[in-house]
Amino acid sequence: MNGDQAMRAHSATIPAPRFANPAWVTPPALSAATVAIVTSAALHTPDDDRFTAGDTSYRFIGSDRRDLVLGHWSPNFDRAAVAIDLNVVYPIDRLHELAASGVIGAVAPRHVSFAGNQPDDVATVRLDSGPAAAAALRADGVDVVLLTPV
Amino acid sequence: MSVLAHVFEATGIATIVLSSVREMAEKVSPPRALHCEFPLGRPLGRPGDAAFQHDVLARAFALLGAPSGPVLVDHPEVIEADEQPVACALPPRFDPNLPAAVDEAHGIRKAYDRALARRGVTSVGRVINADEVPAALGVLHDVAEGAAWDAAGIPGGNTTAVCHDIRTYYEEAALELVGGTSPGGRSLEAWFFERTAAGSTMLAARAAMRDAGAKFPVWFYMAPGQR
Repeated sequence: MNGDQAMRAHSATIPAPRFANPAWVTPPALSAATVAIVTSAALHTPDDDRFTAGDTSYRFIGSDRRDLVLGHWSPNFDRAAVAIDLNVVYPIDRLHELAASGVIGAVAPRHVSFAGNQPDDVATVRLDSGPAAAAALRADGVDVVLLTPV
Repeated sequence: MSVLAHVFEATGIATIVLSSVREMAEKVSPPRALHCEFPLGRPLGRPGDAAFQHDVLARAFALLGAPSGPVLVDHPEVIEADEQPVACALPPRFDPNLPAAVDEAHGIRKAYDRALARRGVTSVGRVINADEVPAALGVLHDVAEGAAWDAAGIPGGNTTAVCHDIRTYYEEAALELVGGTSPGGRSLEAWFFERTAAGSTMLAARAAMRDAGAKFPVWFYMAPGQR
């Protein structure tokens, strides 16, 4: 079993919450939608607070920032990918290209970064930091969020 | 990610998850998920391949047209991680009086500096900066040689963080040494742990700490789990 297979097998055993009556949003037409990225790569700008191990908080990333630091604590994924091409984790340039060509309406003014290595109950991101980040993006006029893991 | 999708959807934002663990997406059932069997750490699949990244995004955004959910669709392409060490030259031994890893870390500094100049940012710096990498490897060398790990002076007292900084210093430098090729997922990890003196030293220190009874999180997360 290689490294990715081992991690996927392990991740599949992690307890996961079940959502009864989950929400379902019908967005506006994509060509009119404002799109944001939410990543769990713990990316952050160098001048922002670093993520701690097991951090349940989030950072905003301005849509114009490309100088991002990988703050994730896990050694169990390809950590160099961000240095090779930021877009393979955080496709910000691809979104701007889609906005320029009219495929999406607009790129959100800011995006959100969480750390993927959460406590097993994920209670804080479910009940506190997650809703706070979502409300902030909603206030920014975001219609669609693309979630990217590592 | 799948949990956050439910949270964001509940505030009125439509969500699409790029899933990396299919079983987790099946369990949590986010409203819309495109499962991408790509190397972990590369949710858009291929670095430097804008066309492929746009293909992923097009398939993801297409899920917004589903009338109801949950929707879980597989990207048709599978990309396996590359577990072979990338071909990357290391500097020759310069000072035989230094531990090999310390000497080696000095030797790749210029490559690291070029990487920093090119990108303008580095992920080194959690507990040590680039200047401090050789000394940190000296501490790990001592631990591997039998020094008490909890009295050896591990920078910041945090093994995971210092190993992150050392490995990142090497991997960012290596990207300047591989001649413009784009290493496959995990091939830089394989190079670091299987080809460099720093990687060998880190694994040896980790094993010494485990054998000395250090708590599991203190030693385990110094390296990927399968190592």
